[in-house]
Amino acid sequence: MAKTVVIDPVTRIEGHAKISIFLDDAGEVNDARFHVVEYRGFEKFCEGRPFTEMAGITARICGICPVSHLLAAAKTGDKILAVQVPIAGEKLRRLMNLGQIVQSHALSFFHLSSPDFLLGWDSDPAKRNVFGLIAADPDLARAGIRLRQFGQTVIEKLGARKIHAAWTVPGGVRSPLSVEGRDWIRDRLPESIATTQTALAIFKDILDRFHTEIEQFGEFPSLFMSLVAANGDWEHYGGAIRFKDSAGNIIADGLSEDDYQDYLGEAVESWSYLKFPYYKPLGYPDGIYRVGPLARVNNCDRFGTPLADAELAEFRQRGGAIATSSFLYHHARLLEILACLERIERFMDDPDLLSDRVRAKAEINSLVGVGVSEAPRGTLFHHYNVDANGILEKVNLIIATGQNNLAMNKTVTQIAQHYIHNNDISEGFLNRVEAGIRCFDPCLSCSTHAAGQMPLHVELLRPDGSLVREVYRD
Amino acid sequence: MSKIRFATVWLAGCSGCHMSFLDLDEWLIDLAAQVDVVYSPVGCDLKDYPENVDVCLVEGAIANEENLELIYHVRAHTKTLISFGDCAVTANVPAMRNMLGGAEPVLKRAYIELGDETPQLPYEPGIVPELLDQVRPVHELVPVDIFMPGCPPSADRIRATLEPLLRGEMPVMEGREMIKFG
Ligand code: SF4
Repeated sequence: MAKTVVIDPVTRIEGHAKISIFLDDAGEVNDARFHVVEYRGFEKFCEGRPFTEMAGITARICGICPVSHLLAAAKTGDKILAVQVPIAGEKLRRLMNLGQIVQSHALSFFHLSSPDFLLGWDSDPAKRNVFGLIAADPDLARAGIRLRQFGQTVIEKLGARKIHAAWTVPGGVRSPLSVEGRDWIRDRLPESIATTQTALAIFKDILDRFHTEIEQFGEFPSLFMSLVAANGDWEHYGGAIRFKDSAGNIIADGLSEDDYQDYLGEAVESWSYLKFPYYKPLGYPDGIYRVGPLARVNNCDRFGTPLADAELAEFRQRGGAIATSSFLYHHARLLEILACLERIERFMDDPDLLSDRVRAKAEINSLVGVGVSEAPRGTLFHHYNVDANGILEKVNLIIATGQNNLAMNKTVTQIAQHYIHNNDISEGFLNRVEAGIRCFDPCLSCSTHAAGQMPLHVELLRPDGSLVREVYRD
Repeated sequence: MSKIRFATVWLAGCSGCHMSFLDLDEWLIDLAAQVDVVYSPVGCDLKDYPENVDVCLVEGAIANEENLELIYHVRAHTKTLISFGDCAVTANVPAMRNMLGGAEPVLKRAYIELGDETPQLPYEPGIVPELLDQVRPVHELVPVDIFMPGCPPSADRIRATLEPLLRGEMPVMEGREMIKFG
């Protein structure tokens, strides 16, 4: 008889999710679905609040990547003030984002996903977790914990706390780095780089044995979207949006976040609180695209730092110019940690980090702003419309994880169809299906807070505030 | 002495409290020697909340039907239940939607107004839990043994709360270091 198997809850990911696997009469997999089962409603309840509160409120969307929301909110605020952030302010923001990418990726690799590869897909589910890793390989576990701690402490040295630091503001940041903070970071860099290199060595060794995983864990063509710097370097804060296809063709480049509604659309399905963004020119669901580490690594021409570029060359030698297996998200994540550490290292002698000129102040000069940043999990957009007093009238947020929704669904279906036959739903198989989701390191608290194309209401005002033209779009 | 059976649960929150728990960093290694982690979304693959849990950290407010079901179940099987962080203690940011008078306005905004394709409200009984009209803190639904505020509580505060419990004593939740919000 046909039946449905539900994995509830999906564990070792951030947030609330389930997976349904639909089996036919013969016990073969027809289809599988990834359901996100939480929703809090930020884009609605932020209406009526001052836009300057958005960093503090939207940081609470997510405790893993609050810095992404702090940055996107601040960059949206920069546009509303219509100011240019002082160079020191921009560098400090970049430094915090680099720290965040390190901590978030270390969490994904060591705490959440490595128990699968290091302890085994089929190992005892009671021990297949970070505490089991501590028991099995205490040195590696300690190194991973300390790598995450390094990233968290970079954030703390700048913003005075590790989680939800109220430090970025429209126009810049509140304070520079202290000499003590810089020295702490500098001292811990060599150990952090060494840990990342160890993790890379371990993972490449795994890859040599994990052919099935590479072929079955979300291996399919799709588009990839990310920010890329003007010179083609890997980017996490500025630059412009690029789309590449699986053959490596750049199909759109230099796109501005301001126009995101032209290229991103969102579909709703009844069975998930997570919407399904797609690349508009290709429609739904053909416009499937992936974001995050794999997309950034595929889209950039180079990292621009020596250790990471050497690893990138090897990555491309193994998997081709464009890596299409979602299993390789893990590998891309490690490359990014290395690149972030090298960039932090490069920053250490920069006197701007200690400068007091970190914030531009201004009045409200624009009634709309769109800000973008690369969160650890992918490209994040904030879009605010405010009134003349800076009170929010509309808020729209396009969250990194949501944009992988189509790909995550495709991945769980592919894995389920490969492993599950004749109704054999052994725990290890179900764990592999969940591990398909872990490749994307989804952040579900984030992902259901918003998104989509907002109904547009633009007013063009004369200097005296009287209305020239008003445009609505539903 | 048998190990303490330890669990963590998240309801409607941002996972920041769990991240602060992971900020215990190397002390996690000491903790692992003293507890059995029997349920935790970040630290354990077991899917069912077991019986006889000694200590459970509960992050988040009660915002949907599943949160409600889970908190009753957790309460029934847990000796010491800790309201972990401001969302659990006061309902905090998730409760900002209470002012709008029900779940419908926030749902409509996201899934109808902002849907380009097939706009509709997610609805799949048994899979996608319905939102409650009002988001509520944990102690309004079940008795709570320890309140640990903070958004999130710092790792130091978490450690200072857990250490006495590991010795079989109740922590003293007093003073700015232990009970400041935010
Ligand atoms: S209390 Fe703060 S940190 Fe904890 S879950 Fe709620 S919003 Fe996140």
